[in-house]
Amino acid sequence: MSGLTRAEVAHVAKLARLRLSDEELDLFTVQLARILDHAADMQSLDLTGVVATAHPYDLINVVREDVVRPSLDRDAVLAAAPDAEDGCFAVPRIMGEES
Amino acid sequence: MALPEGWEMVVGLEVHTELRTATKMFCGCANVFGAEANTNVCPVCLGLPGSLPVLNERAVSMAMAIGMALHATIAPSTFHRKNYFYPDMPKDFQISQYDLPINSGGYLDLPDGSRVRIERAHLEEDTGKSTHLGVSGRIHGADRSLVDYNRSGVPLVEIVSGPDIRSAAQARLYASELRAVLIATGASDGRMEEGSMRIDANVSVRRSGEPFGTRCEIKNLNSLRSLHRAIEFEAQRQVKLIESGGVVRQETRHWDETVGATSTMRVKEEAEDYRYFREPDLVDLAPSAAWQQRVADALGPMPAERRAAVVALLGEVSDAQRDAIDVVIDLGLERFVHATHAAGGDVAVALARVANELAAAGDVSKLTEDAFVATVAMEAGGQLSATQAKTILADLLASGGEPRAVAAARGFEQLSADSLGGIVSALIDANPDEWSRFRDGDDKLAQFFIGLVMRETKGRANGKAVIAELHARR
Repeated sequence: MSGLTRAEVAHVAKLARLRLSDEELDLFTVQLARILDHAADMQSLDLTGVVATAHPYDLINVVREDVVRPSLDRDAVLAAAPDAEDGCFAVPRIMGEES
Repeated sequence: MALPEGWEMVVGLEVHTELRTATKMFCGCANVFGAEANTNVCPVCLGLPGSLPVLNERAVSMAMAIGMALHATIAPSTFHRKNYFYPDMPKDFQISQYDLPINSGGYLDLPDGSRVRIERAHLEEDTGKSTHLGVSGRIHGADRSLVDYNRSGVPLVEIVSGPDIRSAAQARLYASELRAVLIATGASDGRMEEGSMRIDANVSVRRSGEPFGTRCEIKNLNSLRSLHRAIEFEAQRQVKLIESGGVVRQETRHWDETVGATSTMRVKEEAEDYRYFREPDLVDLAPSAAWQQRVADALGPMPAERRAAVVALLGEVSDAQRDAIDVVIDLGLERFVHATHAAGGDVAVALARVANELAAAGDVSKLTEDAFVATVAMEAGGQLSATQAKTILADLLASGGEPRAVAAARGFEQLSADSLGGIVSALIDANPDEWSRFRDGDDKLAQFFIGLVMRETKGRANGKAVIAELHARR
């Protein structure tokens, strides 16, 4: 067992701005613990000589040239925002941080 | 103000510099300062669903150039997502480099002879910019913030120093030398006032010989002056706190330039849990030897070497000239000084003109080195007054051309030696008392005669030439 606690799940949910009910917390604690257990199983494999990979593609250095492409029309962009003012996205006040 | 006897401060700096690419880090939106809000945005830098980042090749080259200039090791690297919620970051994560940065290790040598280690210099993207509106002053009366995403996704390199700095003055010297190096690599414009170079300072204090103390991170250091003052204040605060029996809390503190003090922004317990994980939309970065070589080949000499080259032309250097050399190196204009030297001209005059007139112009593309050298020669040779030389340089900078032609067009044609001699002789005859006093050794009277000649010639004469004429007759 991974030993994942309900409190840890609640903490992660809070960091991800997810509001979970008590029932959901119970459910996800069990489900996430199973995923972690599966990962722990794989951790126990002997992978000596296997190169670490982050993705299935054998690719490196995928880059583009530094050439400007057209941006979006501002009116269209701001029309999709919940609120706008002075050409900017308007959001609830951000507390206690500098710009 | 030094710390009390027996105390020492330990400072490390984190410097963020925006890169001077044409486009953003992961999309083709223009990377420019001062554009109208939200005009350089696209699905990628707005974090719209389904958009995918593609890395800017030039940003990688610039990061490597910075690494090379700092004697760092360039290694295969990866990108991570740093997760947190903040309205100026629409994806709710920042793409950064975590355990495998592109540059690690390295050092920067400072003009005072000290060396500061560089721990890493990694690539990441900038956030948008938010403006906070107060309750009053707005019709809507809403207490809210406005966000401009033009800066969102602009490429950054974060340069992290080792905890090697021991005074506020050294921190300032490090920041200014690093700034000069960044400008010299071509990767940064170093404009702190525009936020393209930003500094956070980690400050702790200890009694000499003891282990490192608990550090505080100071944010909002927008100038070298702020950096100096904030570190000085913070170190003093920590010493006073400890000496009065208190304990320094690890926290992030905000520097208030008007108050001249730091204050708690957030304490460590409230610190975000960033949940770094590999950015699945980007592959590994492992610049080939050929790519690295191209960057190395394009890298010119660094400021320390270039400064020394100009100093060597001058021999003795005054403080004012040292400042002038810094300006000239920052702007990459020393070729005019070298050209003057190569032509056997007056290097000191050339340095002053480059650091003042050329630096103020911004754009020097219309001024040829030959025209500059000729102007300096005319000034140093007494055919032009300093004021006239400045005017001619301004004309040359604005519209190009050749200094003799500009001088003629301006009516700065030097009086011929004959006509100046005639004027001087006539004025001597008209002012026999003053002349005899000058002959008797009262050099102050030279100014009297220069004034008369200037009035007579409507300012076209050169003071030095007048003095020469006077002495020839003395």
